[in-house]
Formats: sequence, C-alpha cells, structure tokens
Amino acid sequence: MKTVICPECEAQITLEAGAEVGEIVVCPDCGVDLEVTALDPAAVQLAPMEQEDWGE
Amino acid sequence: MQKRLRIGVLYSRVRVEEKWIFAALEKRGVDFDRLDDRAVHFDLEKPEPWRQYDAVLERSISYTSGLYALRVLDAFGVRTVNTVEVAEACGDKLTTSALLRKAGVPQPRNVVAFTPESALDALEELGYPAVVKPVVGSWGRLLAKINDRDAAEAVFEHKATLGSAQHQVFYIQEYIEKPGRDIRAIVIGDRVLTAMYRNSEHWITNTARGGRGELCPVTPEIEALCLQAAQAVGGGVLAVDLIEHPARGFLVNEINHTMEFHTAQPLSGIDIAGEIVEYVMRAASGQ
Repeated sequence: MKTVICPECEAQITLEAGAEVGEIVVCPDCGVDLEVTALDPAAVQLAPMEQEDWGE
Repeated sequence: MQKRLRIGVLYSRVRVEEKWIFAALEKRGVDFDRLDDRAVHFDLEKPEPWRQYDAVLERSISYTSGLYALRVLDAFGVRTVNTVEVAEACGDKLTTSALLRKAGVPQPRNVVAFTPESALDALEELGYPAVVKPVVGSWGRLLAKINDRDAAEAVFEHKATLGSAQHQVFYIQEYIEKPGRDIRAIVIGDRVLTAMYRNSEHWITNTARGGRGELCPVTPEIEALCLQAAQAVGGGVLAVDLIEHPARGFLVNEINHTMEFHTAQPLSGIDIAGEIVEYVMRAASGQ
C-alpha cells in the first residue's frame, strides 16, 4: 500500500491500488488537490490551480 | 505484413477518462506513448520525433496547449484526433456558433459586440434575462446570467477592466427556460453513441457544477441534430450539448472536442474510451 504525506496539512494519505502518475487525488483531511508525481516511492505535489482555458 | 501502428496520447492530467483510454489501448495491445503536455516540446525543424506516431490523441486540459500542439502536428503531417480545425471550431464558443449558423443548425440566439457600450445596446435588443459567456472556457466557468440593465453594466465593466483581450469579446446568449436539465450526446465519427440528461436545480447544468446524469434516449431527431452539429464543426470525437427550448425544440448549445465522459460511460454502459481508441486506430491507418 502506497502512502504519502499531504504537503498542505501533513495528513497521511493512502493511494488507491490503481493510482497513476499524473492523477489528481484529494486530501481527505484538508481537501486540497494533489497530483501524483511518482509511484515508487509514491510522491505527491500540490496540483496546479485551474486556469482560465482549462476544460473539455 | 501490416505495419504496427503507433499512437501518442497527449494529456495534462490523468483523469478517469485518461485512465480508461490508456486501459483500452493496453487491452488492444496498441503500441502507445503517454505524452504529458507539460513535458513535451516541439522543434518546428525536427518533425521526426513526432512522425513516429501514426496518430496522436489530444486530451490536453488546457485549450491553448492542446490547440497549438495540434497546429504543429498538423504542420508535421501527423494525423490527430481531433484535428486542429475541429479544436479551433469547438474551443471558441463564438466560432462554434458561427459555424452552426453557417450550417443552419438550430441554436440559441447569440449576439456579439466588442465594447461594453455596444454590448449593452445588443443586450437591450436581445432582451433580459440573457447569459454572458467567455468565448473560451469550460465547466460552466464565468457564465453570468444577466437579469437587468444594472447587472449588465456591472458585468461588462468588470469584463472590460479585469479581463484579458479575449474578454473584450462580448458574447451574449438568450436565456432559455429549460426544464431543469440539458442533454449531452457523445458523437464519434458518424455515430451518436449515447446521450444523457444533466439535471440540476441551478441554471448551469454542467456535471462539473453538480448536474446529475440520467440516460436520455437517442431519438431519431436527437441523432440527426447531433450528427449535423458534429459535421458543422468538422466531425470527430465530440460531445454535443443540447438545450430543450419550450417552443423551438432542441437547440445546439455547445460542442466539446476533448470531452469528459466519467458520467456518460458508467451510466450508458457503453465503452466510450474503447470507441475513442477504435476511432483513433482508424484515423492512424488513414481511414
């Protein structure tokens, strides 16, 4: 099981089994968006803020 | 023996849609690369690294990055899904409206002006309430419902003062009293795969804003309208959003070219990611 520490609130977060690099996870404690940047070992960073031209 | 096709998937974030697309590629044993748009670069004199791909699927979350990547790939002669022309047509709502108009596709009434003063004049002609939309934007961001002249003056002044050059295009749409929902249809090539209602108490029914999905039967009328709309912007892998007007029937509201389908896929039980991959493989082989 891969665990990471939230850079915002230091909560311990367990990544789901199918987690992929580039995926966004939400910290269950503080609600911040985190981007998975590595899996072995697991690492996350604060996800970039939404930009005006983002979307579908 | 037929050459093995090689696919590139340009993406920014691995959303659930990208996970499903990667899984569909892997399931088919397709040779593909994941291309993070924040890590790649293009040298216009060196197309070779990109020409290894028989097709590139563009899934960028940034419209600007995706559009310019497609523009360069097009110059390199690399096939893309969607094409740069389609991205250009769908990414800018006013361009979409203009092309729908050209093709005679029914849509809400839209007016356009380039200064706050002329926008006010246009709005007075159109009547209240109306919706002011940024020409580029998604997920229901920065939409403003304008109920009266006071609100219009305030919103236009804010746009003129705080907005970028793009916000100096005042794109205003009639407000339609829709039945608490709109319709999203998924179109791939010449097929409408599925459609769903997006229900919301709020006038913005986008699921990114809390709208709830419910399966919508694809009637012959919906099918014909969606195909006509898709064709008007060049066709490909598209999400066509419809509004039900109480008197005028279905109207095409907007068309998305890097659509999300996290609600539509489980709701419909249709493997949309798989269908996208099949379409990309056909494009890659020149069909």
